[in-house]
Amino acid sequence: MTKISMTIDGVRYEDEVEPRMLLVHYLREVAGRTGTPIGCDTTNCGACTVLLGNSDGATPAGDKLSVKSCSMLAVQADGADITTIQGLANGELHPLQRAFHEEHALQCGYCTPGMIMAAADLLRDNPNPTEEQVREGLEGNLCRCTGYQNIVRAVLRAASEGATP
Amino acid sequence: MTDTVNEIGKRRTRKEDARLITGQTNWTDNIQLPGLLHVAFLRSPQAHAKILSVDVSAARQMPGVIAAYSGADFAAEQGSLPCAWPVTPDIVIPNHPPMATEEVRYGGEIVACVVARDRYAAADALEQIDVDYESLPPVLDMEAALTDGSPKVHEAGNKSFEWVFANGDMEAAFRDAPVVLERTYRQQRLIPCAMEPRAVVCAPVADEYTLWSATQIPHVLRVMLALVTGIPEHKLRVIAPDVGGGFGSKLQVTAEEVLAVLLARKLGRPVKWTESRSEGNLAVHHGRDQLQRIRIAADADGRLRGLSVDLLADMGAYLMLVTPGVPLLGAFMFNAIYKMDAYFFKCTGVFTTKTPTDAYRGAGRPEATFGIEHAMDDLAAELGMDPLALRRRNWIAHSEFPYTTISGLTYDSGNYEAATARAVELFGYDDLRKEQEARRASGDPVQLGIGVSTYTEMCGLAPSRVLGQLAYGAGGWEHASIRMLPTGKVEVVTGSSAHGQGHETAWSQIVADRLGVPFEDVRVLHGDTQVSPKGMDTYGSRSLAVGGVALYGACEKVIAKAKVIAAGMLEVSPEDLEWTPGRWSVRGDPDQGKTIAEIALATFAAHNLPDGVEPSLDSDATYDPESFSFPHGTHLCAAEVDTETGQVRIRSYVAVDDVGTVVNPLIVDGQVHGGLAQGIAQALYEEAAYDADGNLLTTTLADYLMPSATDLPTFATDRTETPATTNPMGVKGVGEAGTIASTPAVVNAVVDALRPFGVRDVEMPCTPQRVWRAIGQARGAAR
Repeated sequence: MTKISMTIDGVRYEDEVEPRMLLVHYLREVAGRTGTPIGCDTTNCGACTVLLGNSDGATPAGDKLSVKSCSMLAVQADGADITTIQGLANGELHPLQRAFHEEHALQCGYCTPGMIMAAADLLRDNPNPTEEQVREGLEGNLCRCTGYQNIVRAVLRAASEGATP
Repeated sequence: MTDTVNEIGKRRTRKEDARLITGQTNWTDNIQLPGLLHVAFLRSPQAHAKILSVDVSAARQMPGVIAAYSGADFAAEQGSLPCAWPVTPDIVIPNHPPMATEEVRYGGEIVACVVARDRYAAADALEQIDVDYESLPPVLDMEAALTDGSPKVHEAGNKSFEWVFANGDMEAAFRDAPVVLERTYRQQRLIPCAMEPRAVVCAPVADEYTLWSATQIPHVLRVMLALVTGIPEHKLRVIAPDVGGGFGSKLQVTAEEVLAVLLARKLGRPVKWTESRSEGNLAVHHGRDQLQRIRIAADADGRLRGLSVDLLADMGAYLMLVTPGVPLLGAFMFNAIYKMDAYFFKCTGVFTTKTPTDAYRGAGRPEATFGIEHAMDDLAAELGMDPLALRRRNWIAHSEFPYTTISGLTYDSGNYEAATARAVELFGYDDLRKEQEARRASGDPVQLGIGVSTYTEMCGLAPSRVLGQLAYGAGGWEHASIRMLPTGKVEVVTGSSAHGQGHETAWSQIVADRLGVPFEDVRVLHGDTQVSPKGMDTYGSRSLAVGGVALYGACEKVIAKAKVIAAGMLEVSPEDLEWTPGRWSVRGDPDQGKTIAEIALATFAAHNLPDGVEPSLDSDATYDPESFSFPHGTHLCAAEVDTETGQVRIRSYVAVDDVGTVVNPLIVDGQVHGGLAQGIAQALYEEAAYDADGNLLTTTLADYLMPSATDLPTFATDRTETPATTNPMGVKGVGEAGTIASTPAVVNAVVDALRPFGVRDVEMPCTPQRVWRAIGQARGAAR
């Protein structure tokens, strides 16, 4: 067992974990942050995407990069500052959350947390993407319900509203 | 007076979103219970083998392991997984134990299990289980499986059933027919791939059980689990919490659900099982998988004389809940939107040593629509006719509805002319044909193809009487309850079981519209058999067409009860009252009235109700549809095909669909988009591929090419609206329509691009390699 600590959605956690425990399992089962789902076991689907930054104090979400939390071990996230879908809103909904709602960019909602977190990173990197750039930027996030059309509209809408994480 | 605007047709954003966009979801895998144990299943690595021995003793010694079992430990109590659709009297339905005992018949079949304190310990212990197999030959090809020398999947042989339908004089239709087209199409096997992997939790309390499952069918599952396990139905509660997509793949009574119940009973402890994606690709039932032999007889001007369809349908290793019926749903759809003199359909259900097949978005109708629409574009090419002109020559005219087809269904309404005209306009059909000509003339390495798909489909499953005639084991009705709370809020309890379809929103719209209560004041409850005691669940594009109409019926009853009470409150006769949404008022004296909220409150106090009137507005309705639902549409696809690399790129895709009266256009568009994605994926990307030993090769999302955002175009969608005449709302189903229509539209476009090279067909999925080979072979044959 290895002792790790990290900040998740603004709250500090300290735990002993097996080195092989995946970060996504740590988030869901140890920290209880079940808003981040698991959709595959080969890092293809992106449902588990969270934002991760170094933690010497909490960093604003804008400095964080997206990571598929199934592709990291919890021990690799020791010292990290993580934002999950449950920590994205800040008193009110994040512009991406609002846009997804307005544009009907979700149906079953299972891919949605990862899709929104990946989109947040996309817009951090490219605040005014073209439609093609949005599609390419979300290539690592699979959705079976929407056909992506409204997801792309939502991301473009959030971008036009000046969405910064 | 409530300020109600007409809710039907309103672009309402969804109530469901609030929890979904903030991660406040309740997926089955989220569930934690005190003392919860984790189950892992050991699955056969071989497609076909005798089980000589299973040794779980080492697994039982592993840290954190509570128990480990083989099939022998459950043999006496596990029964057989049900097939609820015995399509013929002499159908072969093999015994299907949830955990194999003597023989495994597909790679992935469960042979043992471990129950441990956490999922990692359970996975570790699986590796300690020792199974001794004696390999048997796999059975992978349906035609070979039906020959005398073939190895047998089951004692009774490899043929499960043969089902035939015929109408009209086929001999006359084909005799002296100026044109006869004969084609064989392969409808490949697909993996449904809902984004949420399956999960089950079962918690026992004394002799009562609660089961949470990522299921589309909580009500049906409850009945089936009671029958299979022997647990009395009233002591079993089934809950579908938030469910992350289904598409038919969660319309099932699974080995894992049955075993979770049996384990909870045996151990007296709550258990959870969550599948990995690799496990799911292997073990969730697969879709499609048919070999289609199609013959069409036509006149020289394209008029269809006769259609003959001979299907081999791959059942997989066992018949699951509705496996044999899926191809038969297509039986009534090969004739599609066309008139003809004669029709013959035969389907043979064949066992193979592969994962069982069952319902997947469209369930039999995409297969049929592909068969006919691909053949129609092919026929048009044979005749030198424009493919749209061939449709026009044969379709049922708008003026001819209601129309009873050669396969015996009566289509209530439709307007193929209007949908097609709109599609052609949106698509820019003539310009694209000109561009196609130009590219052909210049020998452009990137060719352009245009594919047509004019479809209808039969959904809104279904009139119970018809289901009975087809030997389907359940009914097709749906149930709704309305509970009027004292403060004027409304609780709706529906028998539908949404897993992404937005029923909480659309049902609120229906109630708001009929009862005249604010949309926000309605709450929709579903998915828990303790809350929603009666229902037939969600699949087959039935929830609005059947469940929504049931809800409408319940609204009518509420309004009628309110009338009597309002009359009492206003001291008039009920005949003097008239209804405007939300209010009963005195005819000619509209200031004298009572809102539905006032009436509901009056029933709570019940101080002054008329004699004999129950102090309640609450009402139920159960609706059994009189007919299937027949949405239709015209889809046009323009595909660029790079003849040097075989790469296909969809240049534009137009879908004009008619789903009758639209309750929520946002939801309808979303269903169309998602349906298109899956249908296009079948045309271009997806296939559940097996190797020569019967191993599934596409077990991960790295191998099974579910499309991403870069693999799909932006769709241009529009609607015509021709109301259904068989229900008071005029609504039709939409959930599967996009998938049904799009596969042939895309494949037709690919083939159309390549016809000048002598290519007659490209087998699905039209991968670059297949396209490139087809061109090469055609060119080679031409020399």
